[in-house]
Amino acid sequence: MTHPGEITRRQLLRRIGFTAFVAGPGAGLLSACATAGTGAAPAPAPSTSLAASADPKNPFGVDAKKPLEVVIFSGGYTDAYAKEVHEELYKKAYAGVTIKHNATQQIGTQLRPRFVAGDVPDVLNNSGPESMDLTALAAEGHLADLTPLFDAPSIDDPAVRVRDTLTPAVLENARVNGMNLVLNYTVSHRALWYNAKLFASKGWTAPKTWAEFTALGDEAKKEGIVLFAYPGQKGPYYQLWNILYTAAKIGGNQAIIDIDNLVDGVWTADPMRQAVTAWAEIQAKYGDKAYFGLDHTQTQVKQLQNQVLFYPVGSWIENEMAKDIPDDFEYAIAPIPDVTANDAMPYGAIQVGVGENFVVAAKGKNPQGGLEYLRIMLSKEGARGFTEKTKNLTVVNGAAEGVELPAGLVSAAKAQDSAGQNIITEARFEGWYKELFDYGTEQTNRVMAGRITPEQFCTAMQKKADDIKQDESIAKQSRS
Amino acid sequence: MRRLRTYGFVAAFLAVPFVLYTVFVISPYIQAFQISLTSWNGYSSVVSYVGLDNFVRLLRDEVFWRALRNHGVMLVTLPLVTIAIALFLSFLLNLGGGPGGSGVRGLWGSRFYRVVFFFPQVLAVAVVGVLFQAIYRPDEVGVLNGVLARLGIEPVGWLIEPSLALWSVIAVMVWQGVGFYVVLFSAGMAAIPKDYFEAAALDGAGRLRLFFSITLPLLRDTVQVGWIYLGIAALDGFALIQVLVGNKGEPDGATTILPITIYNNAFSYGKVGYASAMGVALFFLTVTFAVLTLRTTRRERVEL
Repeated sequence: MTHPGEITRRQLLRRIGFTAFVAGPGAGLLSACATAGTGAAPAPAPSTSLAASADPKNPFGVDAKKPLEVVIFSGGYTDAYAKEVHEELYKKAYAGVTIKHNATQQIGTQLRPRFVAGDVPDVLNNSGPESMDLTALAAEGHLADLTPLFDAPSIDDPAVRVRDTLTPAVLENARVNGMNLVLNYTVSHRALWYNAKLFASKGWTAPKTWAEFTALGDEAKKEGIVLFAYPGQKGPYYQLWNILYTAAKIGGNQAIIDIDNLVDGVWTADPMRQAVTAWAEIQAKYGDKAYFGLDHTQTQVKQLQNQVLFYPVGSWIENEMAKDIPDDFEYAIAPIPDVTANDAMPYGAIQVGVGENFVVAAKGKNPQGGLEYLRIMLSKEGARGFTEKTKNLTVVNGAAEGVELPAGLVSAAKAQDSAGQNIITEARFEGWYKELFDYGTEQTNRVMAGRITPEQFCTAMQKKADDIKQDESIAKQSRS
Repeated sequence: MRRLRTYGFVAAFLAVPFVLYTVFVISPYIQAFQISLTSWNGYSSVVSYVGLDNFVRLLRDEVFWRALRNHGVMLVTLPLVTIAIALFLSFLLNLGGGPGGSGVRGLWGSRFYRVVFFFPQVLAVAVVGVLFQAIYRPDEVGVLNGVLARLGIEPVGWLIEPSLALWSVIAVMVWQGVGFYVVLFSAGMAAIPKDYFEAAALDGAGRLRLFFSITLPLLRDTVQVGWIYLGIAALDGFALIQVLVGNKGEPDGATTILPITIYNNAFSYGKVGYASAMGVALFFLTVTFAVLTLRTTRRERVEL
């Protein structure tokens, strides 16, 4: 799934089995996957050997005799899209090739030792709660440069380069340590999600201003419906996102960019303070504290039962709850209402982000095959297959044409159209400075529960951001 | 020659466990000490030594101290409460019955109760965690809050109020632990010759007197062992808290404990060196606790 903390119950149990062993009383076992000894300095990625050639059929010079190993995070999307679509396409293109398919939910547990030992898979879907620190892997030269991939001819039209077939955010988000190393494959739309059928039956419309939002809250209260809820257990980051996006709506994308760049005083600046204050008030007046103790699934089920009006999440929600959606429920996206009279972004702005990381190992046995595999994923056929299997959109432009999409995705696509240029950027510190992000989710629960004031929230976050900035052991990233 | 044969026999049996123990327990411990002196991030092939920096940073880390404080609370309450309840129950099961409280038999149905008390022990920690999530659930669907709602009382956020959360977790640990110690103490009580109780009862000792003058002194060793087990359990608690409350010691770090902090630092934040330093600190805490407990409770054997 695109959301990192998302874990299924089975996965949780499995994880517990593992972690209970690792961090037992002594916790000395932590180092069971210890260093491979004091090796030499990491070799730079062999980028020269991967230059794209002119041959549009096989630009990377893939050797069909070389096997390819693919590791897929088998979470909400499962691994069918890889096994039944992409790998089949690869085998069709290179007859006789063997593919070692490996699906797991424990990316970190399985692969961290392999990276340390130097026995790496060619293609890796780095996702889920145990996803690995790509910055650290990049610093070790483990990730192949994807520039040749982006510059290679696309499969559907050799005259068009791969980079021109993709949502621009892919290229922006590919960069780690100044190099193009990560392919984000999915597109998701984040804002507030509600039940369109309930709104239609009550004659309600999505609120455009904060006053309309609270008026609807009063209305809903009479019906015994909570205006807004987020899961305080396992999902408080949904609300942290929501606050960040609200701050971006008030102060423009620069608010989030500055947070990512650890700019001094950005957390205590007006946009952030206004966003937190607005949401803390909504929670205090229209919320229910029980949700602080419910997890995402429990909260989502309550929304399906029409007990919650708005829920801050991304477009994967529809597929996630697909089995449980009742007949009188239809997911639709609502942009965040205007907080102030002069928000930097007009009503309609939503967050459209790319996610689901794929990388190619630079020191693997078949990096050429890895790049080619990604090129196949980015073909129209590969992308359409993914959308059909997972009901989620990909970064490939126009690949979903002709695929029958569920109502929620259609509403998200419409919302993106009407948002036009007003697309809220994603907060990248979530991946860059996990410690700051985790601290943020904790503080989010505190401020929403009223245990600290919005001012204290801002001060605490700023202090943590300053600490991270000063910590030399943490590699710094920057964006624009 | 005969000696050699005896020792050879013993050595052959010890070799395999010894090797396994060295490889899977001792060597990781030693490595943790080594890594705690580095700034290793878990991926790097180059490991740079930073001396005692990690430990200096540890002393300034608010989360570390909060975790220690939580361990302190658990270390005091968990053994105390568990052992008190377990002693009470096992006394009733083994010696509480009989005509006029003669103290040689258990209460009626004690075999049945013994099995019932042991049930929680059989459940895996993860199952207990999921179970108590349902029990503590903060709306009317929750088992406890459902009962409260019937009585017209507002739902209580057992796991979401920072002042309650740790106690709720400790209650689960007690619930799960008591059964084992009832069985442990019952075994201890069964080993006490019945004559003592009969003699004391003839002299007119009541149930209370029997318990404090005979049972407890003769159970001393068993209780001491139980105390150490429970203390170590209090220093762990990782799996239960992870499932029950969350992976960051929610809410507001009220249930943060060292193993959780270690796990997050090592596997989420890429600070394996720092996490190892915490592991080393935890190691010394555990050892200190065990030694202290053994020292302070040591005394001459009771003369019979």
